[in-house]
Amino acid sequence: MGAIRLEKVRKTFGNLDVIPGVDLDINDGEFVVFVGPSGCGKSTLLRLIAGLEDVSGGKILIDGTDVVDASPAKRGLSMVFQSYALYPHMTVYNNIAFGLKMAGESKAVIEEKVRNAADILNLTDYLDRRPGALSGGQRQRVAIGRAIVRNPAAFLFDEPLSNLDASLRVNMRLEITALHQSLKTTMVYVTHDQVEAMTMANKIVVLQAGRVEQVGAPMELYNRPANKFVAGFIGSPKMNFIEGAYAGQRNSHTLGIRPEHIAVSTESGEIAATVKIAEHLGAETYLHVVADDIGPMTVRATGEMPLGEHDRIWLTPDATRLHRFDAHGQAITAP
Amino acid sequence: MEKTFKSPLKHIAFSVFAWLVGLMIFFPIFWMVLTSFKSELDAISMPPMFFDFDWTLANYVEVQARSNYFKFAMNSVVLSVGSTLIGLVFAVTCAWAMAFSPTKRTKNALLWMLSTKMMPPVGVLVPIYLVFRDWGLLDNRFGIMMVLFLMNLPIMVWMLYTYFKEIPKDILEAARMDGATMPKEILFVLLPMAVPGIASTMLLNIILAWNEAFWTLNLTTSDAAPLTAFIASYSSPEGLFWAKLSAASTMAVAPILIIGWFSQKQLVRGLTFGAVK
Repeated sequence: MGAIRLEKVRKTFGNLDVIPGVDLDINDGEFVVFVGPSGCGKSTLLRLIAGLEDVSGGKILIDGTDVVDASPAKRGLSMVFQSYALYPHMTVYNNIAFGLKMAGESKAVIEEKVRNAADILNLTDYLDRRPGALSGGQRQRVAIGRAIVRNPAAFLFDEPLSNLDASLRVNMRLEITALHQSLKTTMVYVTHDQVEAMTMANKIVVLQAGRVEQVGAPMELYNRPANKFVAGFIGSPKMNFIEGAYAGQRNSHTLGIRPEHIAVSTESGEIAATVKIAEHLGAETYLHVVADDIGPMTVRATGEMPLGEHDRIWLTPDATRLHRFDAHGQAITAP
Repeated sequence: MEKTFKSPLKHIAFSVFAWLVGLMIFFPIFWMVLTSFKSELDAISMPPMFFDFDWTLANYVEVQARSNYFKFAMNSVVLSVGSTLIGLVFAVTCAWAMAFSPTKRTKNALLWMLSTKMMPPVGVLVPIYLVFRDWGLLDNRFGIMMVLFLMNLPIMVWMLYTYFKEIPKDILEAARMDGATMPKEILFVLLPMAVPGIASTMLLNIILAWNEAFWTLNLTTSDAAPLTAFIASYSSPEGLFWAKLSAASTMAVAPILIIGWFSQKQLVRGLTFGAVK
């Protein structure tokens, strides 16, 4: 079991309100991703759950028990750190076994659990090595192995992939997702990368300045962002925000159009625009254009588009996928 | 280092200069060792004799006969190692707290600790002497050990603090998540990672305590007297006996010189710690 519930959790550093009060429900077995720009308090929130920081107020309930005063180890959670935080003076085996030793498990039990974890993570051949002799991906696996053997109520991941190079990151992303599918344990994952959030999560928590902006399934956030911040943060390239007359005609202060929801034509369309930069990726083309009377926009077109600087094109936004926001940046839901 | 100097001339000039400084520092020790093998007459002869004198071991025999070298040496070992071990217990915990749970005033506390080293010890000689007298700690190994331990504590804390600072906090937090209690966290995770820093801190403090002369001379006479007192006993009112004094000094510094020689690398690392990244 690993249901985590935050009730009005607050954290202040001196006079600084890092987290002014967060309410959140994480169900057992869920993969929850905290996402937000750097400094939004997502790591602090994770550390509060872990018990590495003391809360300034509120309750943290794990399976119904308030753990605010419990030490990190007593909370039954495992954490994977951004820097891996392996014990450099111990072998891989001892790194993974350390938590079990601290818990006073017998040698035979430790041996069995470590071998089992090493098997899952393809580390069996490296058990006698020190962390210094491992690659980045292997170190990350050891860190995960150390977390697994304790059989925790929930896993906490603090930006675990940001030290890896791009291709390895994609692999590890898949591995962690596969791990979640096989273990079915609650996972709380912190990242600033919305791609990781979208691909891994059952539930995404978007944070800004210590506040929860929106909680929801990835596609829910993508299709129905609650406000401009979430709309701009989820999705890549970023959503276009249009103000002024064009937005006014559609009963909104700001109109949000995702780059992938705009049809491109060289002959006719709703908005005339001039191409500034065309990024050709093969499978798709990113067009950075200046639309007449509107200003800069980004358009994502599938396939190859033989366009370049100064070319005139016409854009037609998909009318059913427009996002309307009021003057405060809140989404307008009524038609 | 080879790449530091662009022209070979500069390189040579620097080498010559470095050797000169090195020889200047080494010369007194060299002269002391040399003198210890001379007769008292040769020792004070003018011009000084370098190698063309009658080599003799008489001074060593004489010194050995007059006073019990091993008793003093044993005291030196007990005092320097003992004060360092006690200091380590306090300094490790203190530096651990300062390095991993700092507050706004941690830096001030560190500076304040170090500032106590700026006071001349003689300034507190009388009060400490009186306290020692009243508590019966004069010429007592435990008493002098406490003084040496307290005297070197700021340096130990400072050295360990700069060392611990370089250990990522994440690793200790990982240990905490793994269920390590505070003593286990220090013992199984922090200390093994800090072995080089602790070794150099220990070595430096053993040397400092070994060579400490002010308090050992003032607070001990015979029972707890270390080698510093052994040397001092040869500069007597009846006159200086240079050769015997040199023999005594050579015997006093020999053990620490040998230890220092074999642990040069650790010592240099300890002394320059934090100076270069």
